[in-house]
Amino acid sequence: MPPLTSPETPPVLAAETRHAVSIVLNGKPRTGHAHPRLLLSDFLRHELGAHGTRVGCEHGVCGACTVRIDGVAARACLTLAVQADGRRIDTVEGLAEANEGRMTALQEAFRRHHALQCGFCTAGILMSLTDYLGRNPKPTEEELRDMLSGHLCRCTGYAGIVRAVMEVTGQTMKEVSHV
Amino acid sequence: MKPASFDYLRPATVADALAALAAGGDDARVIAGGQSLMPMLNMRLVQPRLLIDLGRLEELRTLRAEDGWLTVGAAVTQAEVLARPTLAREVPLLAAALPWVGHFQTRNRGTLCGSVAHADPSAETPLCLVATGGEVVLRNLRRRRTVPAADFFLGPLTTVKAADEIVECVRFPLARPGSGHAFREQSMRHGDFAITACAATVDERSANLGVGGMADRPTLRSWPLVDGGLPPDLDDALNAFAWDLGGDDDQHATARYRRDLVRRIGRTVLEEALSCRR
Repeated sequence: MPPLTSPETPPVLAAETRHAVSIVLNGKPRTGHAHPRLLLSDFLRHELGAHGTRVGCEHGVCGACTVRIDGVAARACLTLAVQADGRRIDTVEGLAEANEGRMTALQEAFRRHHALQCGFCTAGILMSLTDYLGRNPKPTEEELRDMLSGHLCRCTGYAGIVRAVMEVTGQTMKEVSHV
Repeated sequence: MKPASFDYLRPATVADALAALAAGGDDARVIAGGQSLMPMLNMRLVQPRLLIDLGRLEELRTLRAEDGWLTVGAAVTQAEVLARPTLAREVPLLAAALPWVGHFQTRNRGTLCGSVAHADPSAETPLCLVATGGEVVLRNLRRRRTVPAADFFLGPLTTVKAADEIVECVRFPLARPGSGHAFREQSMRHGDFAITACAATVDERSANLGVGGMADRPTLRSWPLVDGGLPPDLDDALNAFAWDLGGDDDQHATARYRRDLVRRIGRTVLEEALSCRR
């Protein structure tokens, strides 16, 4: 136990103990238990049963596990569950829940434009986009592709994703370039 | 791909964090944004006994320009610095380089100080800190010391920071009137680690090129301007610099390709920096 001087600092969370972690998941308060080493991605899936968030590379490269932490898109695999304590976490399940149980315009556009095939990357991309489009409501194709570089999709070649976002942001495009 | 076990502490003050770090010794590590450390924890390349989370410390959220320096605290994210409206005027090189740091989603949590403490030789923030002549402010329980960026980095993931110190903040000198800045890099995919990164600054007297991803740390070389322009023998000078940097072959690129990048991107950014002086 390291020497601590101020009473405001909470005690050290011991490695071998599961500690209570409370988050607001898609608007609802939820509490689970986590060892300090548990990743937020695994906490969401295994402890809270929110399986919409996918787990891919677990080192921040693929983007599948992207969620919103206090509104900001971030990798759940590069965040510890205990770090998320007290935070608001939004995952893909929350999109339709907040839209009277129907898919959002962005999700509908994804379906129309075949912006997914296997769907493994989709949850992460949707969570990135909901944050990103809030800050940049009409991205250029170049800006959008720059943001999408934080996600790996091995099915679509990204063309359908770009088309879907362009449509939902009220932009038209003649031709989507293929990378 | 899961971290090994560790104790976790979220201190309420920097003093508490430093006390815990001093007591923990080499077995303790600090985390802020975690975008460099978490992958290493997940891959078990580092296995601390105690993880001390600086991420919520208000004391480390300093982001201000005064007395000729932009000071960025340890808990300030790359996204927050990039969103600063005055950044392009204050530290234009950083404004040009930050969009190359990771991805939108990792910049939202990653910090500048964390990248500097991590000291990846190909990372953009350490390169900018060296290229602008910045400083690293280190703090332990007893004292605070300031180290010039040029003396801070010792090699891959190795710095002069002692085990009981944290990087409290980094300081970039504010750009002087009449200076120009440019940044470019080559990587496998935008946002990936740079194969080679080039940061150029040009002032009234000299052209300066910092290179990352070649040597074991970000490296800077300067040449005097000739008649207000780049030296006429710049190609030879860049070639010599590229060879001196001594890049290695790895799975991403050959040393020969890296030297070529220094010659080509180096010239491009130097010309760009010269032309955008104001």
